[in-house]
Amino acid sequence: MQAWLDQLIREHGWLQAVPAGLVYTIAIVLACKLVLVFVSVIAGETVWLERRVAGRMQARIGPNRVGPQGLLQFVADGVKLLAKEDIIPASADKIVFLLAPIIVFAGAFVAFAVLPWGFGLVPADMNIGLFVILSLTSIEVVGVIMAGWASNSKWAVLGAMREVAQMISYELPLGISALAVVILAGTLNLTDIVVQQEGAIWNWYVFRGPFAFIAFFIFATAALASLKRAPFDLPEAESELVAGFHTEYTGFRFAVFFLAEYAGMILFAVLASVLFLGGWSPGFPVDLTGPGMRWVGFGILFAKTLFLLFVMIWVRWSLPRFRVDRVMYLCYKVLLPASVVCVVGAALQVLLGASMGDGGFAAWLMGR
Amino acid sequence: MSTNGRSTALTPSEAEPAHELHERQLLVGRDLRTEEMVLNIGPQHPATHGVLRVVIKTDGEIVRALQPHVGNLHRCAEKIGESVPYYQWVPYVDRMDYLAAMCNEHVACMAIEQLGDIQIPERAEYIRVIVAEVQRILSHLMAIGVYGLDLGAFTPFLHQFRERERGMDLLDHISGGRLLYHYVRIGGVKRDLSRDWLDELDAFLAAVEKRLPEYNLLLMENRIFQERTCGIGVIDRDTAVRWGVTGPGLRAAGVDWDLRRDAPYSVYDRFDFDVPHGESGIAGVLGDCFQRHWIRAKEVEQSVRIVRQALAQMPEGPVMANLPKSFRPAAGEVYVRGENPRGELACYFVSEGKDTAYRCRCRGPSYSNIAVITEVAEGVLIADLVALIGSMDIVLGEVDR
Repeated sequence: MQAWLDQLIREHGWLQAVPAGLVYTIAIVLACKLVLVFVSVIAGETVWLERRVAGRMQARIGPNRVGPQGLLQFVADGVKLLAKEDIIPASADKIVFLLAPIIVFAGAFVAFAVLPWGFGLVPADMNIGLFVILSLTSIEVVGVIMAGWASNSKWAVLGAMREVAQMISYELPLGISALAVVILAGTLNLTDIVVQQEGAIWNWYVFRGPFAFIAFFIFATAALASLKRAPFDLPEAESELVAGFHTEYTGFRFAVFFLAEYAGMILFAVLASVLFLGGWSPGFPVDLTGPGMRWVGFGILFAKTLFLLFVMIWVRWSLPRFRVDRVMYLCYKVLLPASVVCVVGAALQVLLGASMGDGGFAAWLMGR
Repeated sequence: MSTNGRSTALTPSEAEPAHELHERQLLVGRDLRTEEMVLNIGPQHPATHGVLRVVIKTDGEIVRALQPHVGNLHRCAEKIGESVPYYQWVPYVDRMDYLAAMCNEHVACMAIEQLGDIQIPERAEYIRVIVAEVQRILSHLMAIGVYGLDLGAFTPFLHQFRERERGMDLLDHISGGRLLYHYVRIGGVKRDLSRDWLDELDAFLAAVEKRLPEYNLLLMENRIFQERTCGIGVIDRDTAVRWGVTGPGLRAAGVDWDLRRDAPYSVYDRFDFDVPHGESGIAGVLGDCFQRHWIRAKEVEQSVRIVRQALAQMPEGPVMANLPKSFRPAAGEVYVRGENPRGELACYFVSEGKDTAYRCRCRGPSYSNIAVITEVAEGVLIADLVALIGSMDIVLGEVDR
């Protein structure tokens, strides 16, 4: 982004009169606003998508009144939640209680800073992008336990306990299965990872050998669990724990938790597309690096994201909830060993020089 | 901490301060004793199916002890039965088990008719069986769907409402009410069934038969559902009998007992139907949550069979007996029971020859069915407790009456 800003300053003479630091600051603030608004709108529309898909699955209609097909439902909901009374329980730890939603929100949104939406369409193109995303999303755990503890409610404590245990556990298979791709790609830079998957569809990492293929499903399951989506929604199991850690939150503070959850969904859907499903590569050779073509790439990545979001919604409204001990069993005894096997296998694959970019594995999959 | 033998062996002068002892115990994992938390589930809680309040003592996620508290929905139904004329009491029976109002009315009217020695027309008996079995289908559909909701599966819950809605419309057409009907009256039923209604009933039965396998596919054949219910909340034969559990809870424990077949009332002895009871051949173990759920699904199929047979056999004729203007049964007492969707509902009346009863008493199945959880729920996880309470399918209106 700095290179682009420098070019802008060179081209527009009047900008040279302004101190460069000020230009950078304004540009950064504007970029942050842009990403924040964009992600919030997408998260709001994901809520709408979820409610409509759930309605269709459950033989009912879903929201269709506000705006065309109910697309503006999230605005109405947001306004309603803003108008609600902001209740802080008398026995709550006030400062921590107020701080918790901010931390959860920040943890979910700040990771978007390094997430590429197309070639060059990334606010901060870091060479440790994946690492940054995985570490920033773990901040959410701190906010959750703060919310649960500060509420001074037994339900909130139980929910926060479950959530923290689950999120910390599932970060292990999540990170390790992503590592399989990192080993194959040899880089943590998300743009580079996508560039390596350009070309034919079998260049996508999910089709580059059995280990990456299995790693994709481990990643998807672990992402579902660390996002506390059904069937792993124990932290907010409404038939057991009322609403989990955000039981005592009302109004816009509740909306912030809600928005953070959906932002997390989008984050992981984009990340899974970038790591495994070729990012903005459509599956056939085409140059998407040009100024105009970048937005075509953005559309392709967005379509893949929407598909993954739909799968998450589909799963949520089909399956009952796991029990707390089964969730831990699945994590530590199934997913974690399997993801380690994937990493070792991917390393061996690189060591033996079998990049499997020739479509051999994809052809074998098709033949099955 | 007192259970630790070491602390009692020390003389007072040698005794360490309590907090130091506690810290030492923290280091020794085996002696680690965590704080127990008293958790008040209900009366307003999504999993308690109404206003049940359960106080549990938890150790983390594990339930150490539990005490159900009932009475939040007490409406003096029995006392009212002693102060209003008999025929005025029938609508109150609807409000006991509000998901099986027709079955309640059936039992209550049978008791009052036996007390007053009233013979009712044969067609009325058949209509009573038909509406009671339709009600049983609706009640079990609700139980099946809500159980999915308890375990976190939202979709089957709303799917069953599609069929349940049709059934409620059916009962609405003959009675004017969707939930509380007052259709079965002393001496017969309120009005006859029309040809159109019988056609719609056929369509409803066909829809239920078509959709039931879908619900079973969504729930009972789901691996997660099986993990959540198989072997969970086992109520064995002895426990079930000892606590007076009836209905699907009793049959799931392997007791082959159904009043409709074993102590037939009304015209149930004229129909051919099976009584599903717990088996070891299917998933789960005898008397667990899965088998209770499975039995409800099977009973829906049997209810469809009974309604079809009743429709085929139903004679023409009046639907209401000629009753005297003032109903004063002769002195005496009567105890009549019937098989409700949730188990045995019984009515007990003592008459002194007046137009109100001297004593009125009901035995509601939900009361005994919820009582048994105090024995079987110790040591389970909180999630299992929700699964257990859901599988007992209680209606609090009947627990408290």
